[in-house]
Amino acid sequence: MTALHAATAVRAPRRRRAAGRALRWAATRVAGAVFVLWAVATLIFFGIRLIPGDPAEAILGGPGSRATPEALAQARAEFGLDQPLFTQYLHELGRLATGDFGTSYALKVPVGQVILDGLGSTLILTVVSLAVAWLFAIALALWATRGGRVASAVSTVLEIVAAAVPNFWLGTILILLFSVGLGWLPAISTPGIPGLVLPVLTLAIPLAGFLGQLMRESVLNALDAPFTVSARARGESETGVRLIHALRHAALPAISLSGWAFGSLISGAVVVETVFARPGLGRTLLSAVLIRDVPVVIGVVMVVALVYIVVTIATDLADRFADPRLRQKGGDR
Amino acid sequence: MSGSAGAPLLPSPVGGERRPGAGGGERGPGLREPGGRASGARRILGHLHSTEIVGALVLLLLLVAALAPSLLTATDPLGIAPADAFTPPSPGHWFGTDESGRDIFTRVVYGARSSLLIGVAATGIGLVLAVILGSLAGLGPRGVDFGVNRLLEVLFAFPGLLLALLFITIFGPGVATSTIAVGLATAPGYARIIRSEIRSIRGSGYIEAATVLGRSPAQIFRRHILPNVAAGLFALATLGIGQAIVWAAALSFLGLGAVPPAAEWGAMLSAGRTYISVAWWLTFFPGAFVVLAAASATVLGRSLQRRNRER
Repeated sequence: MTALHAATAVRAPRRRRAAGRALRWAATRVAGAVFVLWAVATLIFFGIRLIPGDPAEAILGGPGSRATPEALAQARAEFGLDQPLFTQYLHELGRLATGDFGTSYALKVPVGQVILDGLGSTLILTVVSLAVAWLFAIALALWATRGGRVASAVSTVLEIVAAAVPNFWLGTILILLFSVGLGWLPAISTPGIPGLVLPVLTLAIPLAGFLGQLMRESVLNALDAPFTVSARARGESETGVRLIHALRHAALPAISLSGWAFGSLISGAVVVETVFARPGLGRTLLSAVLIRDVPVVIGVVMVVALVYIVVTIATDLADRFADPRLRQKGGDR
Repeated sequence: MSGSAGAPLLPSPVGGERRPGAGGGERGPGLREPGGRASGARRILGHLHSTEIVGALVLLLLLVAALAPSLLTATDPLGIAPADAFTPPSPGHWFGTDESGRDIFTRVVYGARSSLLIGVAATGIGLVLAVILGSLAGLGPRGVDFGVNRLLEVLFAFPGLLLALLFITIFGPGVATSTIAVGLATAPGYARIIRSEIRSIRGSGYIEAATVLGRSPAQIFRRHILPNVAAGLFALATLGIGQAIVWAAALSFLGLGAVPPAAEWGAMLSAGRTYISVAWWLTFFPGAFVVLAAASATVLGRSLQRRNRER
């Protein structure tokens, strides 16, 4: 080990080059993220213009509200709808860039406030679900690679569960079992830990099936790989080999998928928050979609896209951290 | 959506480097046939796993339900009978009845049509868009490839159902819009797969040979590239139908697709939630059929993918 360190120290220039590569990688990723956010905002801005009907009317409560022409004109002026389209677009970009998402049509409060109210609860739900899913997945992968027929059968079933069980049904079944049947846990997500259990399980179980399946495959691959053979030859215990070498290898694809998983959890939150009547960003988004509260929809979608992009970059970074090969090849990932 | 949903956008966990199952489950074809010279029919049957047979049977049954529901049930899916409200599952009503005394089994049978139709239509829309985008990127000049890739990146910034929700905000809820929305939301994932498939085919020797022989790009696309992509597409479509059924049911569940009195699985489940403490069968059966449909499509799609790889 010390010899290795000495060797790296001698090759300092190479290290500097690696640092340069990492910086360039980071710069590319950030520029890409900014571009995507701009494109998302543009897409939404022009997409929203396709909504039939007068936006001013929507602000005043839809076609049924019979708004007077004066009220319509006032609403147009208030929300800047009387400006030329391109001016509106630039205004919108400027506002979004400063984190101002406008005012909710329905609630008449700043969208930023509406989002902040829901964001915490949804983040808790998704982060805890992701962690629980990871725990399940690791346990599953370690167990399934040891077991014989049973493990293989269980993992096949899980694969199907992960791919085919919709979370609105899983949540309902969990309520039937644990709330209606056994009376252990609340059916409605109350604040506090007990209220969190069922929603988290609803989100985590399918994801755990998916990640566990993936990790099982790569644990099996890793157990045959040369580095495991050499670890065994060095006399490391079987548990050590599995926990340190095989699992680290197996975690790689699962880490890169965690970004995607996080996204799917956020959209799963729309369903789960509805099933368990839990306040959060997902429910905010759903009710905004139902009543066409456009600023809220735009705000939530932009925030979710931002979070999603950040998480994706973070998982790529974690990948490079866990897998030295990615750093050496120079990050074109 | 669902942790579950969204899965088709990804390389399947079984994909790529599938090894023979740890416990005997899957073996390569070579291992299954020591003799190697079975008759045609035996060879095909011998390759089928029991899960595949079950999956195919379930899909067949659902297809019958979708095409001719009256073969499986004589009751009217919308006919109310208030006196029979909330009958638990019994010989007269296999899956029980709902708050208006409508027979759940009948409604589930009739629901197969809209679910399968939405699943197939949404997947079709997604794949057509994806083939256009994927071919443009895979075959076009670098600039086009770059442009399409950026577009896909932007579409990927909407995780899961978000793109569908955005689309529904613009065009309003309903069966048609939610179908298109699901198709649209799945397209980027397919497009990426198709693009990389085409890229790898394009670099192969026979395309070079066809080019040297003076075939036009259109001919090469039709005669060589499309048939090669088609097998993979078929497997992808089968997987996608399962996922699209789940997503569409989710949208109906959220009140953005089919609306309650309609016999649609997601809508039935959503309506049944009001009575969850008195009548479990209202939510259990419609959801179970979503799972059944999606699972059998997934099983078949995976095995098609495996076959394509083994060939």
